[in-house]
Amino acid sequence: MAEKYDLQEREVWDGNFAASQALRQAQIDVVAAYPITPSTPIVENYGSYVANGYVDGEFVMVESEHAAMSGCVGASAAGGRVATATSSQGFALMAEVLYQASGMRLPIVLNVVNRALASPLNVRGDHADMYLGRDSGWIQLDAFNAQEAYDMALCAFRIGENHAVRLPVMVHQDGFITSHTAQNVYPLSDEVAYNFVGDFKPVDDMLDFSKPVTYGAQTEEDWHFEHKARQHKALMDSRPIIDEVFADFEKVSGRKYNRVESYDMEDAEVAIVALGTTVETARVAAKELRAEEGIKAGVVAIRCFRPFPFDLVRDSLENVKAVAVLDRSSPGGAMGAFFNEVSAALYTTPNRPLVTNFIYGLGGRDFSISEAKRIFKEQKAHADAGYITTDIQQFSGLRGPHLGFFKTKRG
Amino acid sequence: MTEIRWHSRAGQGAVSGAKGLGDVVATTGKEVQAFALYGSAKRGAALRAYNRIDDEQIFNHAKFMNPDYVLVIDPALAYTDNIVENEADHTKYIITTHLSKEELIEGIPSLKGKEERVFVVDCVQISLDTIGRSVPNAPMLGAFVKISGMFELDYFLENMKRVLSKFPQKIIDGNMAAITRAYNEVK
Repeated sequence: MAEKYDLQEREVWDGNFAASQALRQAQIDVVAAYPITPSTPIVENYGSYVANGYVDGEFVMVESEHAAMSGCVGASAAGGRVATATSSQGFALMAEVLYQASGMRLPIVLNVVNRALASPLNVRGDHADMYLGRDSGWIQLDAFNAQEAYDMALCAFRIGENHAVRLPVMVHQDGFITSHTAQNVYPLSDEVAYNFVGDFKPVDDMLDFSKPVTYGAQTEEDWHFEHKARQHKALMDSRPIIDEVFADFEKVSGRKYNRVESYDMEDAEVAIVALGTTVETARVAAKELRAEEGIKAGVVAIRCFRPFPFDLVRDSLENVKAVAVLDRSSPGGAMGAFFNEVSAALYTTPNRPLVTNFIYGLGGRDFSISEAKRIFKEQKAHADAGYITTDIQQFSGLRGPHLGFFKTKRG
Repeated sequence: MTEIRWHSRAGQGAVSGAKGLGDVVATTGKEVQAFALYGSAKRGAALRAYNRIDDEQIFNHAKFMNPDYVLVIDPALAYTDNIVENEADHTKYIITTHLSKEELIEGIPSLKGKEERVFVVDCVQISLDTIGRSVPNAPMLGAFVKISGMFELDYFLENMKRVLSKFPQKIIDGNMAAITRAYNEVK
């Protein structure tokens, strides 16, 4: 039986510590991990909980992130509750096995502490790794602060392990800005947290020798397509279950989450759509602009990046006049991926708001309240003019000359 | 909202100091943020740590701030780092030095005319005397408690004991002595 961990009602934790406490409370069977900045403390803390008897789980040291996720696949297929953490290059090295995990429908929880991808080498936060996972078949939840890194990690087990879902889940938090920033966190007691997550009930576990099963079988053109279609359908069908889990989480925590979060959007004329900590900074800017200049600004945030909430994005934005979609990942010769997804959703509305794209914050470049205000004011100018008055894609916070691409076709 | 910027070298404890302060402030029911800018810094490299303190949940995640307090825990950084960066007209400076306030300001032109807002305390010497090695973060907390008036000294000491409870008694006692002495000596 595990030792009792001393928890206060109000803790001051950073995002990494918060995530590691959620792993402890979920009573994971196996963590297979290869540490990488800035996610290292999640698995390091978990290792210390094992060593000090606070959890009965097993910590498996491996030689790479590819092996870490492979270990997680093995342990999960065997019938255990499994989680790990990674960032950036480690995430990239895991990429192959991420697809294996989702294809085998293994409910592994991966804490991704978002960090830029080299080269140039950079340890700070952007969303390059998060975007790299967007077609991998995992559910992707996004935390905007340390409290949410804890809350989402607990929800992730409940969502992924639901027998109607059976999919792996990533919980994203911003490297350093969340992972290394201590803030007030209000944890659940061990009992409440564990009861919320519930006992792990494996499906087709390989250690059940009375019922032999095969994982990772080969299918060619005869069945591969049907498997992938079912996997996609499972992701799409997980949406109401995610909503249910969020509703149940509110009952035990008082904290209500939605797959798409809307702030000050009731009467908004202009909006910023963002991910991660930027959401909260933009919320401050929207509030201040409303008070200072009467600009009806609001923020829409994506809590559940995959499955992408196409319909909810549309519902939350269809009545605004101008929208700025903020991509914190180098777009590599295209419009930002997030911009494309939001634009596609808004294209199917009668009003079709004006949508522009900002690339910002790469490699941890600061995103300030004043920059968020500047972006809101540009949207207001588009709304007043009735067309996009700037380049459609612009770089925000970049040193040197203005960088932007594409103008609206008019008349 | 109260915003604090620490100027320190990696290893002097600014990050722990900022987190410790955050821990104590949170016990008063306030919301806190503590973070640092250091990346792959090696021991001795200049770094900055930050606190935000407010009655409401803190949503601003920007590194940018106009600090209300600037805490300098390395004597040389007062000269070599831009400690007045993004200052407000009310920013208070607490600087660790063995010099008098007048001698210090004489050597740092950017502090001239701000005598009312500059405070000095020798955190290095205090920590050497009380803890036995140069860990200027704890004394700086004592000086900050005095200058900010945010807490009664006894309340702060009581809560700091809890934050440090995992350390041996000798270290806790040293820290308490360091905080108390800096509280009394800062001027």
